[in-house]
Amino acid sequence: MNFEFSDEQNLLREQAQRFLSEQSPLSTVRAVLDDADVSCDKALWQAICDLGWTGVTVPESYGGLGMGYLELCVLAEELGRSLAPTPFASSVYLATEALIRFGSEAQKQKWLPGLASGEVVGTVAVAEGRGAPQADALAAFYANGTITGTKLPVPDGDVADIAIVVAKDGAGISLCLVELQGDGVTRSVVANLDPTRSQACVEMTGASAEVLGAGGSGWAQLQELFNRAAVLFAFEQVGGAQASLDMAKEYALGRYAFGRSIASFQAIKHKLADMYIATTLARSNCYYGAWALAEDAPDLALAAATARVSATKAFHECSKENIQTHGGMGFTWEFDCHMYYRRAKALSVNLGSLSSWEDRLVNALESRIAKEA
Amino acid sequence: MNFEDTPQEAAFRAEARAFLSANAQPKTDTAPHQETEAEYILRAKAWQKLKADHGWACLSYPSEYGGRGATSMENIIWGQEEGKFDVPVGPYAIGLGMCGPTMIAYAGEEHLKERIPRMVEGVDIWCQLFSEPGAGSDLANLRTRCERDGDDWIINGQKIWTSGAHFCDWGILVTRSDPTAAKHKGLTFFFLDMKSPGVEIRPIKQISGDSNFNEVYFTDVRIPDHQRLGAVGDGWKVSLTTLMNERLAVGDAGGADAPHLLELAQRIMIDGEPAIKSRAVREKLATWHCEKAGLRNTKYRVMSALSQGKTPGPENSITKVVSASKLQDVSSFAIDLMDMGGVMLGREGQEELDGKLFHGSFLGAPGMRIAGGTDEILRNIIAERVLGLPQDVRVDKGIPFNEVEQGN
Repeated sequence: MNFEFSDEQNLLREQAQRFLSEQSPLSTVRAVLDDADVSCDKALWQAICDLGWTGVTVPESYGGLGMGYLELCVLAEELGRSLAPTPFASSVYLATEALIRFGSEAQKQKWLPGLASGEVVGTVAVAEGRGAPQADALAAFYANGTITGTKLPVPDGDVADIAIVVAKDGAGISLCLVELQGDGVTRSVVANLDPTRSQACVEMTGASAEVLGAGGSGWAQLQELFNRAAVLFAFEQVGGAQASLDMAKEYALGRYAFGRSIASFQAIKHKLADMYIATTLARSNCYYGAWALAEDAPDLALAAATARVSATKAFHECSKENIQTHGGMGFTWEFDCHMYYRRAKALSVNLGSLSSWEDRLVNALESRIAKEA
Repeated sequence: MNFEDTPQEAAFRAEARAFLSANAQPKTDTAPHQETEAEYILRAKAWQKLKADHGWACLSYPSEYGGRGATSMENIIWGQEEGKFDVPVGPYAIGLGMCGPTMIAYAGEEHLKERIPRMVEGVDIWCQLFSEPGAGSDLANLRTRCERDGDDWIINGQKIWTSGAHFCDWGILVTRSDPTAAKHKGLTFFFLDMKSPGVEIRPIKQISGDSNFNEVYFTDVRIPDHQRLGAVGDGWKVSLTTLMNERLAVGDAGGADAPHLLELAQRIMIDGEPAIKSRAVREKLATWHCEKAGLRNTKYRVMSALSQGKTPGPENSITKVVSASKLQDVSSFAIDLMDMGGVMLGREGQEELDGKLFHGSFLGAPGMRIAGGTDEILRNIIAERVLGLPQDVRVDKGIPFNEVEQGN
């Protein structure tokens, strides 16, 4: 049995940690947070692209590094830990993956090299306002090479060059590739809970679009895409949870009250132990998700939902209790706690709510039982 | 990443499976054995003897005591395989898991030759006499006295929560030899014949109605000095050897879990449709599935480290604290799900499996949250040993034991 990352993958982790601690300290995250006109750290994005991270899973024939998903999981955890303010998740876990899995050969040749090098930023546009998206309630529609509809919010939609838009297509649903700088597309930034990951409103009126692959089964493709992305999101969330726990621990050790370190009080120790427990459960479930993702295992849907639900809970718990451990100072804008708190909540809805993933998890359990019977 | 055995592990697993399938029946979902405790003990003794005859009785022990110096990974594989068969192993868990290693670490050659083979072959069952009414989480606060009398020691006091004492032949015992020394300093450790005059065993009736534990009273019990383990006053150090092995032994709480709840929720109806359709039920199921999977996957990480000859990280320290609360919450929710009917164990003579499993788990869970380290102590351990946080202030530190305030 080998249920750990390899030495090479751990080396990649160390490199990523070193790089991100130099290039993306919390001060750069804060700079994006503090400036309403800035959506992401462009210099950081460029540096990440230069390292080739955006092309980790893209086959070499399309200009990528052709490495595996385990490597991408390693990077996701570190990006989550550092709160890196870039469109990495939207572009790499979602748009690039959609092209790899569902694009036609011509579409792959056209778009993957740019996505792999980072010159092209992609995203996936699903939501049409508040509430969980429903297949039969989608308003965006595709017909004859054009798309019309409003997607809101679209993660990183203001900085992306292309979007994979989920739209009605005759009787079915298709994933449609739309160039966001083209005619018929209007974009505006939407104020959001976590300004270090931007959200946009994308209005399309007869904008040029092409269907990814054969089309017509877009809803099922979206579920597959989300299952795969869920593992990577979960790694970002575990990275964030671990960072929140580390931060709470450091603060508690140094903060004195009643003549002693508050880290010696059981009320604080048990709180931190609970944060450790939540993070450990989530991390172990993420490892299993990573294996299922890399192997395209039959129980990927269950493994992904399990990782996603545990990691969502762990990051929420750790980010909120980190503030609590800091006391009043944790509630100030100057302290960094709220950046994790914001990111935790944003990530938890970015790919569909906790409750929707719990539902998917039980669906997967039910279908496994049905299969066994 | 992969979940395959190495060639050596696969060979070991095949050997274990061959022995087990030739000598035992696989576990089934049908009702448990209808038998008295005495019959159960006899069945356990026979199984232990059979294992000893074939070299499966105490894998990690050195070969001179019947073991095969097995690796931790081989121990885990054996546990996985034996766990699939309907065999009685409970009575020997403490003896082989905790008392044996303590004896091997501290007892003299003669005693080892005399006692260990009988333990391994299942002739003698052992217990551990540690906890006292005033010494639970704070074990070193124990008050059972030992006083030197010639070549013997005289023991007076009371132990509690001694698993299986009523059917045990031998026990390991920690006592206080010097009440004027500080708490951890004045302890001395022995092993003794449980049939010694002055030993009185009284069963404790638990909230489940079962009696798995006992109070053990010592009235002028004589133990020869050669049955002392470790130096006089070094009893705490010896206890730590035992407790270290306990931490390896105490694991998942077992009992009702997410799959049982899922199966129940597919059968029980709420508002005309199966309970599994309810969003509230699904949320709970997802929560407990994540905990169950998280513990399984954490175990995989530990096994992975062992398999590669590395020292596992501290991750496994979460197992009992997570699984015991899950047991309590799953069983409580399952009883709730059965609504008014949830209260029934079943009509006389036809006790339903639902009732047995969920009631049994509900009444067993409070004990699981306490035994082998309470939830609170385990959180302290995680905070101190894993996260490196400071110990709590100890007001009894360095003070002679007989001057420490004792309350009730």
